[in-house]
Amino acid sequence: PAPKPNQPTSFEATADKEDTSAPETVVQSSVPQPKDDFQEELVIRPLHSGDIYASFQFRTLWETDFMRGNKVSHYRLFPKSLGQVISKFSVRELHISFTQGYWRTMQWGQPFLPSPPGAELWVWFQDSVTDVDGTWKELTNVLSGIFCASLNFIDSTNTVQPSASFKPLGIGNVTDHRFLRYATLPREIVCTENLTPWKKLLPCGSKAGLAVLLKSEKLFHSSFHSQAVHIRPVCQDWQCKTTSWELRQTLNVVFDLHTPGQGKLEWSLFKMFSRTLTEACPLASSSKIYIDITDDPQGEQFEVSPATHLLSQAMVLGDRRTFSVYDLTQQITFGTVRSLNLLIRWKSSEDMLRPLLHAERYVAGYGLQTGEIHTLMYNNHPYRSFPVLLLDSVPWYLRLYIHTLTVTSKGKDNKPSYIHYQPSKDRVRPHLLEMLVQLPPNSVTEVTVQFERALLKWTEYTPDPNHGFYVGSSVISSLVPSIVAMDTNSTREQPLFSSFFPCKEESSYFMRVYTEPLLVNLPTPDFSMPYNVICLTCTVVAVGYGSLYNLLTRSFQIEEPSPGLAKRIANIIRKMRGVPPL
Amino acid sequence: MSLTGSTRRFSPLVPQENAGQFFSSGHTNNWAVLVCTSRFWFNYRHVANTLSVYRSVKRLGIPDSHIVLMLADDMACNHRNPKPATVFSHKNMELNVYGDDVEVDYRGYEVTVENFLRVLTGRLPPSTPRSKRLLSDDRSNILIYLTGHGGNGFLKFQDSEEISNVELADAFEQMWQKRRYNELLFIIDTCQGASMYERFYSPNLMALASSQVGEDSLSHQPDLAIGVHLMDRYTFYLLEFLEDIHPSSKANMNDLFKVCPKSQCVSTPGHRTDLFLRDPGSALITDFFGSVRKVEITMETINLTEPIHSFR
Repeated sequence: PAPKPNQPTSFEATADKEDTSAPETVVQSSVPQPKDDFQEELVIRPLHSGDIYASFQFRTLWETDFMRGNKVSHYRLFPKSLGQVISKFSVRELHISFTQGYWRTMQWGQPFLPSPPGAELWVWFQDSVTDVDGTWKELTNVLSGIFCASLNFIDSTNTVQPSASFKPLGIGNVTDHRFLRYATLPREIVCTENLTPWKKLLPCGSKAGLAVLLKSEKLFHSSFHSQAVHIRPVCQDWQCKTTSWELRQTLNVVFDLHTPGQGKLEWSLFKMFSRTLTEACPLASSSKIYIDITDDPQGEQFEVSPATHLLSQAMVLGDRRTFSVYDLTQQITFGTVRSLNLLIRWKSSEDMLRPLLHAERYVAGYGLQTGEIHTLMYNNHPYRSFPVLLLDSVPWYLRLYIHTLTVTSKGKDNKPSYIHYQPSKDRVRPHLLEMLVQLPPNSVTEVTVQFERALLKWTEYTPDPNHGFYVGSSVISSLVPSIVAMDTNSTREQPLFSSFFPCKEESSYFMRVYTEPLLVNLPTPDFSMPYNVICLTCTVVAVGYGSLYNLLTRSFQIEEPSPGLAKRIANIIRKMRGVPPL
Repeated sequence: MSLTGSTRRFSPLVPQENAGQFFSSGHTNNWAVLVCTSRFWFNYRHVANTLSVYRSVKRLGIPDSHIVLMLADDMACNHRNPKPATVFSHKNMELNVYGDDVEVDYRGYEVTVENFLRVLTGRLPPSTPRSKRLLSDDRSNILIYLTGHGGNGFLKFQDSEEISNVELADAFEQMWQKRRYNELLFIIDTCQGASMYERFYSPNLMALASSQVGEDSLSHQPDLAIGVHLMDRYTFYLLEFLEDIHPSSKANMNDLFKVCPKSQCVSTPGHRTDLFLRDPGSALITDFFGSVRKVEITMETINLTEPIHSFR
């Protein structure tokens, strides 16, 4: 990490810290040092089910240009490994997430940053790349080394090019989907070995600031854990005259009510993370904690201690929410004990507002030959209908029969206005199905398609084939009507959690929902059979050939039986006497 | 990179000869390849074995960039684990060998015989990242640790394939011909482990196994809360032995051969030193398990006018 500037943390940190950096950072070129900025924040939202949702975001903004032949060699806040990945593979946008658990929308509401179970990677390449598939393969290998994950299993059999669902989240006018690649690994496990390199990318590491709370023994003992890295170019001002690169590292975790064993609706930083906070990251220009108190602004339902007078309002997820703010760059936040342990206690929970968009998916049917995939999408808005884009990527060994595709809402046929289907090719590419469906208000829309299971070659089975094979989550993206007017000015100073998805209109906001992944059993052979067949065949051949050989070549000879003991002694005496034997 | 080292002042009389002696010492860097080959929750102990060797090796100075760790299944974040993100080696959850700072290079389905042999011989596809490569040279001391289920002449990988002792011996010979190691210590903790080193024929190899041909290696103790056996006996006593070693320790290989006698291990550990050119008593434990850099402090300039010939 870069050397710490010599400033006490009680000062209001400014964005031009690089002017006071230690003198040994000598810059030879005449180009002035590009400005970089680091912000960290933690949002805590108590959920109606009694669980608690904590979302960390660490953002580094850097005004530099990785493209057009500029060789960037001096890195300060931006991690060098990711900077080299961007310039070597001509990446325009990179989004990678590792998730353990499934986000339960009906119990927990909408997450700030959705992610599917397992690993998900989608990348927009620059239009200067000539061989996108080759670059994609090398990129996945390099990322598997950086994040200690098996991303090298991403190949053409699980990569798709969505045509409409994954538009760039940063600036960019290239929308040719030949430069987009999307892949998921639903089986990928997330554990401390993925968290360790993720933490090492932060400017302060896990030694100062909010990242000291990230202890793996508590983070993985939770209902949901997701860590992600998002890299994209953003505008610095309204006219977009200067652009900078934004790196966001996000970590979402939902702690279960009953895991600590108490069952009371009382949470503290120490109970969640087994740590308290003592200081902000000295390299951060802003370090804040937000607690969502929208459901109870008067303090009757729940209380937060130590109390704070700082309040902030933000438009997030189509709603105006109120937050208590703790500014860690102010020394008074830590009080006389020099440590901050927030305590949140709430008394009762009323019914939650139903989320507007919600989806489920399951496999129907019986046996190991055929089946049917059902995807259900719920629109819970009382009077507005809105369109959704459904993206389905099914592996080639589930052979979809697209002529059996049906989309029904409220019992009637609902024809999608846009369908993009790419059929699979055995062992080369998966199925890709994208549809734009209009969901009527207050309804359930069901999409069904039948499939047949394929028999794989015996070397293609995993070492544990009886576990089943995973089908990645479906992605449902849509612009959902919002209750309040959303803010379309993306360059205004906003909390990080409300500025992730760009907002183009005031009356709606962007939402992405992931369904469950499917676990499907394929017809599995008995793997001991090759051994059995070899034994049986060898036995049959040995017995058959041996018998035939004996029949053809065996000849019989007459042999005198050996005489008894008395006769043998008599013969010896007769030989000595010279008399012929008996 | 670890900077621990043993320091010794040069005698001021004959600096030129001391410099020659300094450059003629054996190895300059250390690598470790630690492999667990078993899948499924009831083989928890094999992952705990590998992680305890990983922990010792890291503690004695070998950095993550020089360790290739291969775990065939995930036990720490397994849904059956009552304490997620932990792997314990002692019952009553005394020692968490998984820790907070671990980097697994090959995991899950990536741990195959082919990948293991490719790592050893260096024949990997060009896009393989550095953390997955064994970038050793002819002055590297390598520690190779294998654990899992094995038999007479083979070691089983992930319940679906196996590696034979002939393949392993040939891989080491490839490594020797490509000058990929200076000295190699091979430790194996499986049933009938001694059969795996019977076929070695390359120089500078030393091998240890937890049991002889015809014997089974046994597991140590179960933990009732976790529900499985936590460690194998040989590696358990090896871990206890290594916990007493610190980077400046002078313990040598003869002490390592005495780890886990038959009274503790029930099986008879074996070792093979006939291919090792030095005397095992002169090889320190930290030559393989640690990353001790030789640092000599001198007050005067030494002119190296003629090439120094190394005495190897």
